[in-house]
Amino acid sequence: MEYFLQLFFGGLSRGSIYALIALGYTMVYGIIELINFAHGEIYMIGAFMGLIVAGVLTAQGWPALSILVIALVVSVLYCAAYGYTVEKIAYKPLRGSQRLTPLISAIGMSILLQNYIMLAQTPDFLPFPRLIPDLAFMERFSNFLGTSDLFIIVTSLAVMVALTLFIKFTRMGKAMRATAQNRKMAMLVGVNVDQVISMTFMIGSSLAAVGGVLIASHVGQINFAIGFLAGIKAFTAAVLGGIGSIPGAVLGGLVLGWTESFATGYVSSDYEDVFAFLLLVLILIFRPAGLLGKQRAQKV
Amino acid sequence: MKAKWFATVLGVVMAGLLVAGCGEKKEDKKAEAPKQEAAAPAKKLVLGVAGAQSGDLASYGQPSVNAAKLVAKEINAKGGVLGMQVEVLPMDDQCKPELATNAATKLVSEKVSIVIGHICSGATKAALPIYKDAKVIVMSPSATSTELTQSGNYPNFFRTISYDLIQGKAAAEFATAELKVKKVAVIHDKGDYGKGFAESAKKALEDGKAAKVVLFEGITPGGVDYSAVIQKIKASGADCVLFGGYHPEASKIVIQMHKKGLKIAFVSDDGVKDDTFIKTAGADAEGVYATGPQIMAENELYKKALADHEKDFGGKPGAFFAQGYAAAQALLNAVAKAGGTDYDKVVAALRTELVDTPVGKIKFDAKGDAEGVSFSVYQVKSGKYELVK
Repeated sequence: MEYFLQLFFGGLSRGSIYALIALGYTMVYGIIELINFAHGEIYMIGAFMGLIVAGVLTAQGWPALSILVIALVVSVLYCAAYGYTVEKIAYKPLRGSQRLTPLISAIGMSILLQNYIMLAQTPDFLPFPRLIPDLAFMERFSNFLGTSDLFIIVTSLAVMVALTLFIKFTRMGKAMRATAQNRKMAMLVGVNVDQVISMTFMIGSSLAAVGGVLIASHVGQINFAIGFLAGIKAFTAAVLGGIGSIPGAVLGGLVLGWTESFATGYVSSDYEDVFAFLLLVLILIFRPAGLLGKQRAQKV
Repeated sequence: MKAKWFATVLGVVMAGLLVAGCGEKKEDKKAEAPKQEAAAPAKKLVLGVAGAQSGDLASYGQPSVNAAKLVAKEINAKGGVLGMQVEVLPMDDQCKPELATNAATKLVSEKVSIVIGHICSGATKAALPIYKDAKVIVMSPSATSTELTQSGNYPNFFRTISYDLIQGKAAAEFATAELKVKKVAVIHDKGDYGKGFAESAKKALEDGKAAKVVLFEGITPGGVDYSAVIQKIKASGADCVLFGGYHPEASKIVIQMHKKGLKIAFVSDDGVKDDTFIKTAGADAEGVYATGPQIMAENELYKKALADHEKDFGGKPGAFFAQGYAAAQALLNAVAKAGGTDYDKVVAALRTELVDTPVGKIKFDAKGDAEGVSFSVYQVKSGKYELVK
């Protein structure tokens, strides 16, 4: 039983790592139906920015928790600006072209950013300081769950709730839903579609930045390529949960995390990915739109 | 239009910020290449150096390039090989098999007849058939996969390092004889190198009968979380982890092991015996054991090579520097003794002519392994790898 619980919590924390990145993915897809492959790279850039800020502040002797907060804020602002710029440079000029074109542009952007960071920073792995301090009351559970795991789980859930509320109840959220339903019609009734799309990218990129800083602090090392595998896994989670659905991203992440964790624990870690993707295939056979995705007819 | 300008300016500013963020950037090493070319007369001997020069394993490949440049510089100063000036031609493969075949094809098309490389076993294996068809002699300072030489498939391949069968055995013997462990969990990264090491360690443990292998598993490289495997190690009751793979995964596993309160011996391979491992794992690296090429601290040539490196490139060289240096010396010496770059004659010279290198006086056996090189075990002690056996 203890072993089962260990695997359960291990899967939970791994799943919320995937969920945290998947949220940004799914949000952008939900609004403009573009799979933003550069999302994993924004996540990586967020982690690098966090490292730079943390490095400077640690040298100044600031306490860990305030470093974490400042690193998060700076990295969120920076990545939001990145998201805005990437959208303007790589996607906006292609709006209205075939759906495949911006997808290729997204892949190009991902390769560009990866190589740019490799050249501008370093190809090596860099140690990332543990910014999340260990809370005393978590000591008892350290066998199951560390403080940083808890941080990531809580953050994923909080972000999920906040995003859902934002899209449901604010003016901007309403405009986003309108844009998602029919861009041209939204434009006709006075929604500033360009602004809405920019906003979507900025929010998506901010989430990637939060993920970047928290996950890097949990894992303890970063390099220019971390966005790739994380992006693939998060994308899988988003598809599993139903791409475009915000609670779906979290559910998909958790299901993926648990599948991997239990597959490793009870079968063998050699087959971890086999089980994860087998599950994905099975779910997509029976529910083509994913676990929480809306089953709807194709827009014509 | 205004928004576009704004975006462009923002982009430039952000680009600047990230560059500025890393003040201690190393100066561009490529700056030295043109100088050598300018000095070279019409006839020259091109020495290809293929391996990871960028990417996450660049720290394994760069030292070999520097080593080759140092050897070339020294030989050129003495008039070159048979009157030919030696030119070093680096080729990057990032330790990726698919890029390694590109690098090999490129070197072959440039009519290079001797190559140092590649660095990683998987990449080397992918590139070797191309060199074999083109009759190019390849000598790796670091590819330790057993089958590269022992399978007999690549008569054009040599190496200045010992191989995994021996390395895995050394690690297993160290764990049972010195650490007196009874139950061992063997973990690997599913790659040619990591799995090869793990399998030979497992075999040695099973043959030795001093300890039991309680777990044998492969993990996915690049993952964010290895807690499930760690819980499994814990549940298996192992008192030692033997890991076959490279440092990025090793440091993540060690960090997470300690987080889960699992403090048992961690023994790994020369893919982990790298300062980057100590840097990324930080305090958690303390006490980790790793096998690595036998130390040559007392070797005069090694001392001289280190001093030359300090003078030309500044600082200490990284992993496989001595092996790269030895490979360059052995290859150039064989060409000199063979009186040209004729394939058969150079191969014969490599097998018969002893050459004095930083890893000792070496020549190569019929399969291509250097005679007289082996592995030692090191341990991280206060932030440095120190020899224990």
